[in-house]
Amino acid sequence: MTRVAPAPAFGLLAAMVLTAFALAVGVGSVALDPATVLRALAGDGDATARGIVQGLRLPRAVAAFATGGSLALAGAILQVLLRNPLADPYVLGVSGGAAVGALMAMLVGAAAWATPVGAFAGALASTVIVFVLARGSGAWSPIRLLLTGVIIASGWGALVALILSLAPETQLRGMLFWLIGDLSSAPAAWTPLAILAVGTAVVLPFARDLNALARGESVAAALGVAVTRLPWLMFSLAALLTAVAVTTAGAIGFVGLIVPHGVRLLFGNDQRIALPASVLTGGALLLAADTLARTALAPSQLPVGIVTALVGVPVFLYLLLRER
Amino acid sequence: MSALLATRGLTVSIAGIPVCRDLDLTISPGERWAILGCNGAGKTTLLHTLAGLRQPAAGTIELDGQRLDAMSPRDVARIRGLLPQDDSDAFGATVLETALIGRHPHLSRWQWEGDNDLRIARAALAALDIAHAESRDVRTLSGGERRRVALATLFAQEPRLFLLDEPSTHLDLAHQLALLDRLTALAGGGAERAIVMVLHDVNLATRFCDHVLLLDKGEAIAGTATELLTAERLSRTYGVRLSKLAGPASAVFAPE
Repeated sequence: MTRVAPAPAFGLLAAMVLTAFALAVGVGSVALDPATVLRALAGDGDATARGIVQGLRLPRAVAAFATGGSLALAGAILQVLLRNPLADPYVLGVSGGAAVGALMAMLVGAAAWATPVGAFAGALASTVIVFVLARGSGAWSPIRLLLTGVIIASGWGALVALILSLAPETQLRGMLFWLIGDLSSAPAAWTPLAILAVGTAVVLPFARDLNALARGESVAAALGVAVTRLPWLMFSLAALLTAVAVTTAGAIGFVGLIVPHGVRLLFGNDQRIALPASVLTGGALLLAADTLARTALAPSQLPVGIVTALVGVPVFLYLLLRER
Repeated sequence: MSALLATRGLTVSIAGIPVCRDLDLTISPGERWAILGCNGAGKTTLLHTLAGLRQPAAGTIELDGQRLDAMSPRDVARIRGLLPQDDSDAFGATVLETALIGRHPHLSRWQWEGDNDLRIARAALAALDIAHAESRDVRTLSGGERRRVALATLFAQEPRLFLLDEPSTHLDLAHQLALLDRLTALAGGGAERAIVMVLHDVNLATRFCDHVLLLDKGEAIAGTATELLTAERLSRTYGVRLSKLAGPASAVFAPE
């Protein structure tokens, strides 16, 4: 297997992230030349440019990066913990619970701030339900957790369908955008980024333990990994990151499933490299996808979830085919 | 010499079915133990309990003079290693990366594997005759080759107490004998290491082990190979009439 060495790989990833940020703040429906953008970022220049760059493009770019990074990190953690390459951040029913919470808030016509609050409450509620049910009376197991998550998620799916069929037509478009995943109304930008930074800092010290856990629970236990405590810490972290991502941008698919895979194929499965690489790749990918989503058919904006799926699927298939 | 592993009044059961009751067992450095018994007798459960991976129903286990349940998992892992029965690889990794995982308990949280760890892992791979595959993906290996990689990971861990669950499964005859010879040499006379292995083949036990733990209908009987590896005793345990024949290197048991 050919792999990229860590140092050049992180250089490349950093360049990717910076390029994505530059494009995101530099490109938009109002044409601004690079000098104006730089001046606006520094807090100088005319007020309109400052408003566009600092008030609109930068927060949206930060929200996109934080959402993509959180989903990719949560996916990378869950795939290792469940020892299942098909696991994704929504496997704990998080996106379904968040969707029901958010759509309920929209349906009753609550204030705009109620939608993210509903999403966050739904995401956490779903996580708790899945954990409690999966634990049951017996021993905890990855398969049980996976199955419980899948079943709870389909339950949420039914509730989403019910809400959609009851909702007045004027609300359907907003609900649909939320379900696909959309960054145009992200409630916060810097808070999700801070949570992602803290989450990354919490997981990295345990990266080598996760390497051992990826080989199987008995192997990890025999090597001195705290196999009862560590999974709970990691699951809670993944659930929190997912809840924050869903609250920020709705249910964006594919990033959490595909980015960890791509990273593994390119950099190998050493979590000390794969986890931070997933954060950077996921962030840059969603940032680029969002820039594309709001410029491709400007002035109309696409939900970013469509772009991640349309770009993610062929890229992933290419990586998979190349592996043989 | 003090015991490497000692149990006092150890009672183990699985799903209400007893595996052993009130077992007092002392394993000293230089000893080679075989755990024998029928399918479902609880050999793996007992091995995992001795490794500290599951709690006994009653009794205490001491590892190198310390209470096992009071030790940190990492300290335990620097003394005893375990080869589980079977491992599957959900993700790709090279053979060398896999063997290096064995160094985990010897590294501090932020430490990366150094030249010394690489040297130990490569030596372990060479000892298991799989060094030539060091950069291959483990998922492309055969069952026997994977088993040798798993054994190399255990060797790289450098434990003093080797707990092995059917170490010779999937191995061809030459590699079986080479492995058991090597294990025997590790826990030879005067050595500070001991091995405990679950075996299915009684004849491997007669050839390579000096002590036996026989699991027989909820009772565990511990003793020397000479005491316990007799035709009458084994016939009773396995429920098959066995005869002891003279073999070229050691006695062999064959069904009548």
